[in-house]
Amino acid sequence: MAGSRASSRAKGAARGPEPSASSEQCLTYLRQMKLIRHFEDKAGEAYSLGKVGGFCHLYIGQEAVAVGSMAALRSDDYITASYRDHGHALARGLTARSVMAELFGKATGCSHGKGGSMHLFDASLGFLGGHGIVGGHIPLTAGMAFAAKYRKTDQVAVCFFGEAAVNIGSFHETLNMAALWKLPAVFIVENNGYGMGTALARASSKLDLAHRAYSYEMTEEVVDGQDVFTVRSAVDRAVERARLESLPTLLEMRTYRYVGHSMSDAAHGTYRTKEEVEEFRQRDPIKLLEAHMVAAKMIDEAGLKALDEQVVAEVEDAVTFAEESPDPAPEALWTDVLAGGQ
Amino acid sequence: MPLLTYRDALNEAMREEMARDDRVFLMGEEVAEYDGAYKVSRGLLKEFGPLRVVDTPIAELGFAGIGVGAAMVGLRPIIEFMTWNFALLAIDQIVNSAAKMRYMSGGQVGCPIVFRGPGGSALQLAAQHSQSFESWYAHIPGLKVLTPGTPADAKGLLKSAIRDDDPVVFIEGEMLYNVKGEVPEGEHLVPIGKADVKRAGSDVTLVCYSKTVTVALKAADQLAAEGINAEVVDLRTIRPMDTETVLNSVGRTHRCVVVEEGWSFAGVGAQVVDVIQQYAFDELDAPVLRVTGADVQMPYNKQLERAAKADPAKVIAAVKRVLYLA
Repeated sequence: MAGSRASSRAKGAARGPEPSASSEQCLTYLRQMKLIRHFEDKAGEAYSLGKVGGFCHLYIGQEAVAVGSMAALRSDDYITASYRDHGHALARGLTARSVMAELFGKATGCSHGKGGSMHLFDASLGFLGGHGIVGGHIPLTAGMAFAAKYRKTDQVAVCFFGEAAVNIGSFHETLNMAALWKLPAVFIVENNGYGMGTALARASSKLDLAHRAYSYEMTEEVVDGQDVFTVRSAVDRAVERARLESLPTLLEMRTYRYVGHSMSDAAHGTYRTKEEVEEFRQRDPIKLLEAHMVAAKMIDEAGLKALDEQVVAEVEDAVTFAEESPDPAPEALWTDVLAGGQ
Repeated sequence: MPLLTYRDALNEAMREEMARDDRVFLMGEEVAEYDGAYKVSRGLLKEFGPLRVVDTPIAELGFAGIGVGAAMVGLRPIIEFMTWNFALLAIDQIVNSAAKMRYMSGGQVGCPIVFRGPGGSALQLAAQHSQSFESWYAHIPGLKVLTPGTPADAKGLLKSAIRDDDPVVFIEGEMLYNVKGEVPEGEHLVPIGKADVKRAGSDVTLVCYSKTVTVALKAADQLAAEGINAEVVDLRTIRPMDTETVLNSVGRTHRCVVVEEGWSFAGVGAQVVDVIQQYAFDELDAPVLRVTGADVQMPYNKQLERAAKADPAKVIAAVKRVLYLA
């Protein structure tokens, strides 16, 4: 059997099935997406002020992917992400405080100030890292799925990576083994159109990235990554396939990042135009959900305003917490090198 | 004590540890149905089944990463590379994932994994299949690097490696698999980071590891016939290095030659020399010399290959130089 397709096409094509999410569920999605958006705005600001160092890759525009996906997971599932990981961490339930403090390099950060923006971890939530080498965490996730199968648990391992990673060897090697060994894994490609400054059409001989699953007899799906309901239902199907049948899935989420690859490139002007960014902003995941909720009378203007205020306060608190937190002790340089210390 | 080959000693270590701990599994190319490219995993598939002895496609980067991911969530993988030459394809997972995980997660996520397979020079396998990479891995904080030179050490170190909570690079001597030696039965553990004086002597210290243990011992035998008593210190573990044993020996002999298979530039011996010059400078009666592989790509031709490798004659010549006899 060739890789089966259950397509819910993005970008102007069919939207997902009619959302059946409850008002409460919608509010959770909206709150998380707004939190991520505002968190990232503030992270960018803190970076510009020199309070966040190193590389910093923002998730603005892609929020529906992390939020819709995490909602489909169980608390004992395993998650890995690339270095663009703030949104995934927050959607998984890491606090804004612990993530912001990590960006600030503080001892109270989720990785105790040793990982930074690209290496957010919270083992207690099964959030096993932002990883800094493109494609490097794809086999790791298959290894976690292998462990779940080995132990005969029904845990699922989920991997988030950008579309540029589908051209690297570890992606192909892993998809082959995941399908061959029937591992309970979900591979989520966040296709935001650009690997750093290289447009997909200049990097990939094939634009339908989900089709890469055909080579490995793996089920695939193209998903409108701007619609949180569509994301949720696609990940629900993939997780069920993994949990009940121990089979992997490749999901291509069509999305867009509004900001530069990292803090060191402009949102537009070099590899893409302002008009293009503006066009994609028309299908903003937060606006789409707000429109749905307002139309369904789940929320009104006052409710939206209150939600915004909550999120602003939460991020403000996180920034204050991060600023006031201590740096790691000097001795921390030498700890965690090996299990027993140095 | 039973006489075992180095190969069977490794096999026994894996068999005992797999029986002892069901989190331990073996994964790699040809490890299961083929019984191992070098037969190190002979019989393990039959005994432990396909869940725990896993044949992989030829995809070093992928299966090394799968091992790391499994270790991150509590299994204890043994990842076999058919040879360390092929592990170059997987080095991103060894260096950027396995070695970094504990540190960059702030101590939350460890990586108890063993990467093992044969390394060092072989017989007429030419440039791509006959190389020593221990200094590369020893450069990396977060990794332990083990290089047993005898069957007993092979068993005892592999058992310790499998039980260790950190990623271990375990480099077997490709030319040692058929070497026989006495190997203790059952619970035989060699501590990681502990060198071993393989032969006591008073005139010169020969520091060696893996296959060069045999080279150094042969050289010591021949030197003894000339009245020169060489002490042979087998490092066994490259990182963390047992500098104490090396310094104690040099403190008694005042002369040292390091014997290694790898290339000279930034090699393991350079690290040994650095330790000696820092901590035993006043003990030295001669500069420390190194016998290394020739600084060239390994040739195929038998005579050229022989000239490229460390051998007893080169060790003897170096010893005579540090004794000012030549």
